[in-house]
Amino acid sequence: MASPYLILVLLFTACLSLGSLVEPWYQTWKGGRQSANVLDVLIGDSRRMFANHFFAKADAYFHSGYYPTIFDSQKREEESHMVGGSNEADDEEHHQHDENCKHDESQGGKKVEGGFLGPPKDWIDRFSRNFFPSIHTHLGKNGNEREILPWLRMSAELDPQRIDTYTISAYWLRSRLKKVNEAEQFLREGLRANPDSYEIYFELGRIYDEDRREPQTARNLWEAALRKWQTHDKAGRKPSDLVYEEITGHLAKLEEKQGDFKTAIHYLKLLKERSPAPEHIQEQIEELEQKVLK
Amino acid sequence: MNNAIAVAGIVIKELYRRKDFYVLFILTALITLVMGSFKLFNDEKIVRYIKEICLLLIWLSSLVIAITTAARQIPAEREQRTIFPLLAKPITRGQLIFGKFLGCWIACGLALVVFYLFFGLISGAREHHWPLLNYFQALWLHWIFLGVVTAFVLLGSVVFTAVSSNATISFIVIAGILFVARHLNKIALQMAEPGRSILYAIYFAVPHLEFYDVRDLIIHELPLISWKILGLATLYGMAYVVFFLFGTWLIFRRKSLN
Repeated sequence: MASPYLILVLLFTACLSLGSLVEPWYQTWKGGRQSANVLDVLIGDSRRMFANHFFAKADAYFHSGYYPTIFDSQKREEESHMVGGSNEADDEEHHQHDENCKHDESQGGKKVEGGFLGPPKDWIDRFSRNFFPSIHTHLGKNGNEREILPWLRMSAELDPQRIDTYTISAYWLRSRLKKVNEAEQFLREGLRANPDSYEIYFELGRIYDEDRREPQTARNLWEAALRKWQTHDKAGRKPSDLVYEEITGHLAKLEEKQGDFKTAIHYLKLLKERSPAPEHIQEQIEELEQKVLK
Repeated sequence: MNNAIAVAGIVIKELYRRKDFYVLFILTALITLVMGSFKLFNDEKIVRYIKEICLLLIWLSSLVIAITTAARQIPAEREQRTIFPLLAKPITRGQLIFGKFLGCWIACGLALVVFYLFFGLISGAREHHWPLLNYFQALWLHWIFLGVVTAFVLLGSVVFTAVSSNATISFIVIAGILFVARHLNKIALQMAEPGRSILYAIYFAVPHLEFYDVRDLIIHELPLISWKILGLATLYGMAYVVFFLFGTWLIFRRKSLN
């Protein structure tokens, strides 16, 4: 009878040999888990659901906890204030919010007491509003916006294909918290996960134009954004017209600042094709044409 | 009253001899510290997510402590047959129930003080300010909540035969009340009769435990709750405590102990 130790060694050797045979096959097997990410393996595609939850959580933080639940009848806004704040048009037109800024919600043009909660339905409802945030406020300007970032980061970790997460985080990081390097780093992370994203290229361009004052790099990035947008358009993926307007508008402005009026006119013409106010763009084109003539 | 206090003293001693609290506290502290150690976007001032995680863990831990402690009180006395020498002493069944409740409630209160001290230290270390009154209000309301839970579970312990079934049912009911009770009126309004009236009756009958969950006010640094409102919430909670304890006494006074 062979020694049990020898049998153990034999079995161990057999295991090792079989392992080395099976491992290369497993790596190329299509039925295997391709992702090395633990979260992917554990929760699979449901991570997108969690990513949405964390994105909504960031929005709830932006409103200091005042946020509708699934039970509250709320006509969903097309985009949250948190998202709205990151669009340039909103940046300029949206009034400045601070900690004391309170809103009355309106539904169907009528002001509604208590916002999405509506007027209290009974004494329990009225009494309970003392124990949770029941007034619409936004995070103040003193850097409290940073509090939404952990949830956006988590959302990006769970769903790297959600582009909004990168652009919104970058907006708050660079514009309110003055963390330009971190904003760029996060956008580049987003770009690695979404190499065809025109939105991320555009946002990167804004960093180089507005924060780093490097118009040449900004131009390159916006031109790349425009090319990506056109590729999406040709492929019939219905890219956002708003972002197209932003890209062409910014390129036109940049070229005008650099004194290249002809290229600026070219971009304005592109903008005019999709703009909701083409007459206004035409006026700008005419102004620039006069400058060219001079 | 002295008899009840003596029973309560034994229950409190039992809590600090058992490992439940220590394990839950260490877990809460560990998870909070690990989450707090992440440096997101090179910003050390981000604090609210840590407060949220810490408070969630405190709520879960305290609920586990309250339910498991209260659920085993009377069944354990019966199983180990220590209830007979206990009731042979000059103590009524009502005093025994009140003593058990008082012990569990005070034990939960002591655990809460430790948890909230830790929470205050963690958030204060990051925020560099100490809204002590807000923390006191949160702790007080949390304690009242645990009072209602303890009384409810004690009632369950004389209704259900097994500790595990009582604990499980209590967890489900309390979680259900915390998540849904506030919205039952909205659901009722969308229903047809007689479902609407039945649901509205449930809405008014259940203890609205969500009153006592003021985590969002603490996380988002919202102003203090009016002291009058706090007093009313306390009275509301105490009314349910009395109701559940009275129910427990009504069942337990005629219950066979064999």
